[in-house]
Amino acid sequence: MARTVLQQADIARALTRISHEILESNRGADELVLLGIPTRGAVLAERIGAEIGRIEPSAASAADLVGSLDITMYRDDLAKHPTRTPAPTQVPRRGIDGATVVLVDDVLYSGRTIRAALDALNDLGRPRAVRLAVLVDRGHRELPIRADFVGKNLPTSRDERINVHLTEIDGAEEVTIEG
Amino acid sequence: MTSSTHLLKGATLPSGAVADILVQDGRIMSAALGTSAPAGTTVVDAEGLVALPGLVDLHTHLREPGFEQSETVLTGTRAAAAGGFTAVFAMANTQPVADTAGVVEQVQALGRAAGYATVRPIGAVTVGLAGERLSEIGAMAQSRAGVRVFSDDGKCVHDSLLMRRALEYVKTFDGVIAQHAQDPRLTENAQMNEGALSSELGLKGWPAVAEESIIARDVLLAEHVGARLHICHLSTAGSVDVVRWAKARGVQVTAEATPHHLLLTEELIRSYDARYKVNPPLRRDEDVQALREGVADGTIDIIATDHAPHPRESKECEWDAAAFGMVGLESALPVVQTALVDTGLLDWAGVARVLSTAPARIGRLDDHSHSFEDGAPANITLVDPAASSSFALDRLHGRSTNTPYEGVTLSGSVRWTFHHGYPTLRDGVLAPAGDTAEGMR
Amino acid sequence: MRHLLSTRDLTRDQAIHILDVAEDMADVQTREVKKLPTLRGKTVVNLFFEDSTRTRISFEAAAKRLSADVITFSAKGSSVSKGESLKDTAQTLAAMGADGVVIRHHASGAPQVLAQSDWIDAGVVNAGDGTHEHPTQALLDAFTMRRRLHPGSSRGKDLDGVRVVIVGDILHSRVARSNLWLLRTLGAEVTFVAPATLVPFGVGSWPAAVSFDLDETLRSIRPDVLMMLRIQSERMNAAYFPNAREYARQWGLDDERLTALGPDSIVMHPGPMNRGLEISAAAADSAQSTVLEQVANGVSIRMAVLYLLLSGEREALA
Repeated sequence: MARTVLQQADIARALTRISHEILESNRGADELVLLGIPTRGAVLAERIGAEIGRIEPSAASAADLVGSLDITMYRDDLAKHPTRTPAPTQVPRRGIDGATVVLVDDVLYSGRTIRAALDALNDLGRPRAVRLAVLVDRGHRELPIRADFVGKNLPTSRDERINVHLTEIDGAEEVTIEG
Repeated sequence: MTSSTHLLKGATLPSGAVADILVQDGRIMSAALGTSAPAGTTVVDAEGLVALPGLVDLHTHLREPGFEQSETVLTGTRAAAAGGFTAVFAMANTQPVADTAGVVEQVQALGRAAGYATVRPIGAVTVGLAGERLSEIGAMAQSRAGVRVFSDDGKCVHDSLLMRRALEYVKTFDGVIAQHAQDPRLTENAQMNEGALSSELGLKGWPAVAEESIIARDVLLAEHVGARLHICHLSTAGSVDVVRWAKARGVQVTAEATPHHLLLTEELIRSYDARYKVNPPLRRDEDVQALREGVADGTIDIIATDHAPHPRESKECEWDAAAFGMVGLESALPVVQTALVDTGLLDWAGVARVLSTAPARIGRLDDHSHSFEDGAPANITLVDPAASSSFALDRLHGRSTNTPYEGVTLSGSVRWTFHHGYPTLRDGVLAPAGDTAEGMR
Repeated sequence: MRHLLSTRDLTRDQAIHILDVAEDMADVQTREVKKLPTLRGKTVVNLFFEDSTRTRISFEAAAKRLSADVITFSAKGSSVSKGESLKDTAQTLAAMGADGVVIRHHASGAPQVLAQSDWIDAGVVNAGDGTHEHPTQALLDAFTMRRRLHPGSSRGKDLDGVRVVIVGDILHSRVARSNLWLLRTLGAEVTFVAPATLVPFGVGSWPAAVSFDLDETLRSIRPDVLMMLRIQSERMNAAYFPNAREYARQWGLDDERLTALGPDSIVMHPGPMNRGLEISAAAADSAQSTVLEQVANGVSIRMAVLYLLLSGEREALA
């Protein structure tokens, strides 16, 4: 049975708060790049980008602020699953050199996705700093990685499943837990 | 010891009559219902089995001498006995080529020593199969092997003048030229039937006209010089038409088809599985149907196996590098039943004709042509026509396993083979080697 | 995808999927760091029984940019030229732990024989077999057409209604065959132009129009894509056509025909070109020519194919 842990309003509030926190920690929107990890991380990055645009009218346009970073080709578990379809990587025109890059993903779990994302970033350029924003941190890290901006910490057991549904992709807006 | 007297009880003759066949001293003593058996007779329950005159294969490659890794006279005649054959004509493309009396006598002696079937060597038409000058046809004809069939099979006697001379010359010895009809220039490096499929698969095409044009030339030559001509392994609808036309004109031509050309089509080659590589190549379904009709209406006189053993490595490779040929002795009768009898095109009398009496007549094999009359040589094959099974490699008894039928469901099963009264196959089991020769004395 | 043997086996969705993944690979080729770690630890063997420097280095670049280890096995001067069989070669490579085999062979069907055998468990990519198929060439050609026809927005697109004319030695061309099947699957219309001696037997049952007259075809079809095939000089000796001059005059893309073609059509050639025979220097170097793009796109397509074949868990033999 799936149990809803975040509803639409909760998600909106969390993303607003994360947006503020990013601006606060970066002291504004200068030299800021948000890179969402497909599929749902890319959607979240766009939403955070839009929110930042609202809060900070001087911020760069969404196209210059937000991009996506596909990590398929950097995964360490490719041989353990059927062949994955890569998604496009789109980096804002300014590139990532010297920028503060905030990686955005929906769920932080083992940390392996983020490890792959760091490798992918490394091949794209040299950011000044890399931060991590996630909607849900469910624990069980297998690597020394932590999130800088967290929507909600959800203590889970390994047997449970976290489902993030976003309107743009799933036609629904909620986070559920299945166990 | 196996007794030399057998009573085949309740066998169905090709005519459809049921008979008790008494076999004694290598002869058929009686084939009437209710024949009583003398004491010591082995009684074979032949109820439901069809009795055929021993099968005769006019086209077998026994490979010895020279290619003993593929087949020997002994292993090949074991395969023959298992397939119901009591006589095989051994093709000349051995190493050395059977183009002298010495080689043909050696092959015949090996056959006699093996004892599983009568081996009649075929002599080469030209020295070394090179297509340049006639081999010693007279010497081979007058040798102990008594050669009557001459063929360069595997190669075509393509020189028109040489073919004319060969046709004329063998008349002297009541011989016949068995032509492998294949225009060499039109089939250089050819790999499969030329058509949309060969173009798609990128395999060099083997046009039907390469076969048909040679047959057309040769029937006209045979008519012109008044000689006998036999055409090996017809494979195209056009070839059937040409032979039908020639026979209507009164040309002394006989024609042969192989079991595989009566059942298999080129579509199998989509797999690039070299077991389907054969010369002449598998053709279209229209050709298969035309060949079947040709057998049914008598245009095609005989069915011969073109049993062509090859070692595994010659087939376990890319298509172009693979050898041409299929083994066929054990599968011949089941394929003929499946393709012709089960489809209503041929009755068992027809089977007896195309697989025994007609090839025996063409090859001048006098002791093999009988219709179960008293005193006839007891060359007999008993078939269970009701059997039907997936063809498995354990049915092969030769040295090579390059059959295209593995896993194919075929009707009919050869149960007993009597070679001059001696049972070389006993309810599906081959007589032990050594016994046979002794049985033959 | 377990093997890539033929474009005939590909569905429209599979073909577009490969082209889309190749877009991702092409994006990587524009970065400073062109290498991906994806196939780290995998071994790709380039098994070339037939010389083809271009195809071999293209696959080599593709494999290396995905971080695979590449072993090149050329038949020339190796045990293969001393009569070693395909089976023994394959078993040797299997014993060395090859994950993927890129095979170029003079015998049609050799890649399929290898893929069907139990000699080796590796994924097999056909890099050109006899006169049968050359699937990665067709994929890179389709990729090139798609990019030219939909600049900047080619992802997900097919080639519906695109008019492609392929000129030259269709009879012996694996490129023409692979292109025909793939282009038809993607919705394009294909016309072959060749002297009658170089048209495959039974082509009437193929989904292609056939013409012997290039000028007429250029006028009536108004092709979006004109693909010139390499003509090999040994064909002249085998009486397929009288001589090079006559061939060039009848079926070559000369400057006049290039003008007739118009500026919006593209000119393709799988290379290597015989300038002055099947294609004039002006045509080869024109703005319409995609010859060099085809080379660059070849690496992206081969990366995509190697990725799709070798990255996932090994599919059960089905």
